[in-house]
Amino acid sequence: MTRLMTAAWDWFDARMPSVAEEFRKHASEYYAPKNFNFWYFFGALSMIVLVIQIVSGIFLTMNYKPDAALAFGSVEYIMRDVPGGWIIRYIHSTGASAFFVVVYLHMFRGLLYGSYKQPRELVWIFGVLIYLTLMAEAFFGYLLPWGQMSYWGAQVIVNLFGTIPFIGPDLSLLIRGDYVVGDATLNRFFALHVIAIPLVLLGLVSAHILALHDVGSNNPDGVEIKKIKGPDGHPLDGIPFHPYYTVKDFAGAVIFMMIFCAIMFFVPEMGGYFIEYNNFVPANPLQTPAHIAPVWYFTPYYSILRAVPPLFNSQFPGVMAMGISTLILFFLPWLDRSPVKSIRYRGTLYKSALAIFVVTFLVLGYLGTEPVTVWGQSGAWLGHADRATVAARIFSVIYFLFFFLMPWYTAIDKTKPVPERVTM
Amino acid sequence: MDKTRRNLIIATGAVSAVAGVAVAVPFAWSWWPSERAKAAGAPVTADISNLAPGELQVVEWRGKPVWILRRTKEMLDAVKKADDKVSDPKSEVPLQPEYARNEYRSIKPDVLVLVGICSHLGCSPQQKTAEAKGEMGSDWAGGFLCPCHGSKFDLAGRVYKGAPAPVNLDVPPHMYLSESTIVIGEDKKGA
Amino acid sequence: MKKLILALAFVPALVFASEGGYRLDHAPIVPTDQLSLQAGAKTFVNYCLNCHGAQFMRYNRLTDLGLTEAQIRDNLVLTDAKVGDTMKVALTAKDGKAMFGAAPPDLTVVGRSRGADWLYTYLRTFYRDEKSPTGWNNAAFPSVAMPHVLWTMQGERSLQVVEDEEHHGAAEYKWTQLTPGTQNEVQYDTTVRDLVNFLVYMGEPSAVNRKRLGVVALFFLGILFIFAYALKKEYWKDVH
Repeated sequence: MTRLMTAAWDWFDARMPSVAEEFRKHASEYYAPKNFNFWYFFGALSMIVLVIQIVSGIFLTMNYKPDAALAFGSVEYIMRDVPGGWIIRYIHSTGASAFFVVVYLHMFRGLLYGSYKQPRELVWIFGVLIYLTLMAEAFFGYLLPWGQMSYWGAQVIVNLFGTIPFIGPDLSLLIRGDYVVGDATLNRFFALHVIAIPLVLLGLVSAHILALHDVGSNNPDGVEIKKIKGPDGHPLDGIPFHPYYTVKDFAGAVIFMMIFCAIMFFVPEMGGYFIEYNNFVPANPLQTPAHIAPVWYFTPYYSILRAVPPLFNSQFPGVMAMGISTLILFFLPWLDRSPVKSIRYRGTLYKSALAIFVVTFLVLGYLGTEPVTVWGQSGAWLGHADRATVAARIFSVIYFLFFFLMPWYTAIDKTKPVPERVTM
Repeated sequence: MDKTRRNLIIATGAVSAVAGVAVAVPFAWSWWPSERAKAAGAPVTADISNLAPGELQVVEWRGKPVWILRRTKEMLDAVKKADDKVSDPKSEVPLQPEYARNEYRSIKPDVLVLVGICSHLGCSPQQKTAEAKGEMGSDWAGGFLCPCHGSKFDLAGRVYKGAPAPVNLDVPPHMYLSESTIVIGEDKKGA
Repeated sequence: MKKLILALAFVPALVFASEGGYRLDHAPIVPTDQLSLQAGAKTFVNYCLNCHGAQFMRYNRLTDLGLTEAQIRDNLVLTDAKVGDTMKVALTAKDGKAMFGAAPPDLTVVGRSRGADWLYTYLRTFYRDEKSPTGWNNAAFPSVAMPHVLWTMQGERSLQVVEDEEHHGAAEYKWTQLTPGTQNEVQYDTTVRDLVNFLVYMGEPSAVNRKRLGVVALFFLGILFIFAYALKKEYWKDVH
């Protein structure tokens, strides 16, 4: 049996040696720093969630109907009549949120250890592109259940494009293909969600990994392990990705799957954050729900949008602010002027800035899920404004200051000396 | 390779394989007919109180035509006479429930219930009565002809020798609720 | 267009304020209590299914509640529907709109959109109101178009709201029983509890099964983790 398998492999390898070559290049002879910590699980986990979403998504399309009259019913059909359909649907709905959870943690890891810094700028840029594409993917997918939140969420976001001066109204009409979000919109969003965007996503993920493997992984010390090589030509602080990190990531993936299953089987709606209660009401173009909020992963940006008051009789400045708040991530490698990468050797300034930024992002995220009245009204000294709006404005400014002031505070920050070798 | 490692890999691999199969189950399972398909394919009831001798009634069950033919004395005699011309006169191929495995392939000799789908490639045969001798040959005593490839069946749905169809027509599970009401798709043992 | 965004971005508050404000009672439902679910199903088909449909729920799914198909056919299918059909209703949306001013919504997933507590409170807080076209109003859902369908059981009640000057809101609700119903308060609460239990079940019939499967999945992953962790430890001996 073993001999037969060896012979079959040899036959294959003689004819297509590139499979083994690629495996060596990206796994068994890809030297990763040996000091990866907890934060380094989330890249591999993102890949796992991507696979989960693709597989469960393919099976959902087998019963879903992208038709305004049938979409809502076909989702309930999957939940009730298709054998095991509810499992597949919950895998996909939980996976959508899980994707953003792991991607956000993965991005935070980048901020912690300066993984975007030279020579990994391209890795970071591909990463931001993946993030933006993922947001598009999530947005298109969210319309498909055709509930009230799907419908009004899409309506609002498409109308954001309508605020762009001159071309806006025509642009949003073009995106919808109808005067309101309708059957045509649903049908094209379906096509984009199930094939167009996933293809882009797969391409970008490949580019992200190829770019990473060309320059090598960063690590919690921010030390370039390639600088010190042993007599065999391999980095002294590096270990082959396979088997060391495959077994480690596998164990991490099992823990992740346990959390995933706990949510999916016990609290699939996650208190209305993963599946919103109002989305169990079929889309009704004539009636907006009392309180609409985007899904949780968009809410920090939604908060920024709401925080900007209309200027010159236009909501466009708010839309601009929201756009800049995401696009600014691209410039991070050049905004950061610190000589060190890792938070371990940075000074108090960057550490505090990052801590404030995390709090800001979380508060903006929370405010985006709530109506602006959530914290009541402030006193007369602030003109009786909603406290939450005032807070959102302050935190939006802080959000931008984190980036705009970065060239300054990273340059003057007192850094500690970086060791030659990684620490364990 | 180190023995501990090999054993651990085998053990982890085995548990993972079970997990993989468990994950695959709901996906594969989702291909079975849904509750909607099952409801649409539910047993149908046919009233045959107005079915005159020699007449054919067609009802739809699971999207297929089901024939109910009330056979006359002559027709039943014709079935007996056709025994040496059909390829499976004793209905040995199990295409009928046990209770219809008899000379006339039916519960009551006169009432024949058949799925009207040719056992060759799935066309629906047409009824050719004994009057169609001009077309079917002078010894034709009535039966069914498949328009696609010319398979001939007798008045018990048995295929004539030499036809492209390999076996007899299906008798669906059925039962009598009363003298004149038939349920198709359900019988006593399956209820 | 721009106005729409403004409206959506800045004024949800105004709409929010008009929604009742009545404190919701906790619904004491037990999703595994089959007798309660059966009683709820009975109330549902007798009182709700005349105007509201449950177009994604099949009658034969009620076998989940410990009933046979024959029992469902004989006791719960009150129309000429087959036991495999969904719970459709004869009343069309158009007729419903003409009769009540708003088409009665489909109730298949109302347990998920409204939640058990809201439903439990809503069905117990109808009161007589001469100003309303149906003669009924509701504390949890003010100006509701639906009349009090279960009134013969609960009887007629009136509501007096005492305003709280300081906090600009209702502070106290005073209920008065005008005419007695066929059930006393405890019995009626039980009837509504069973009905709400059923509505929640119908919103997600697989919910009980889902949790059961979840326990198995987590247990199994726990075993897998033991092996995966042992494997990791073994390999990482080389590194440490």
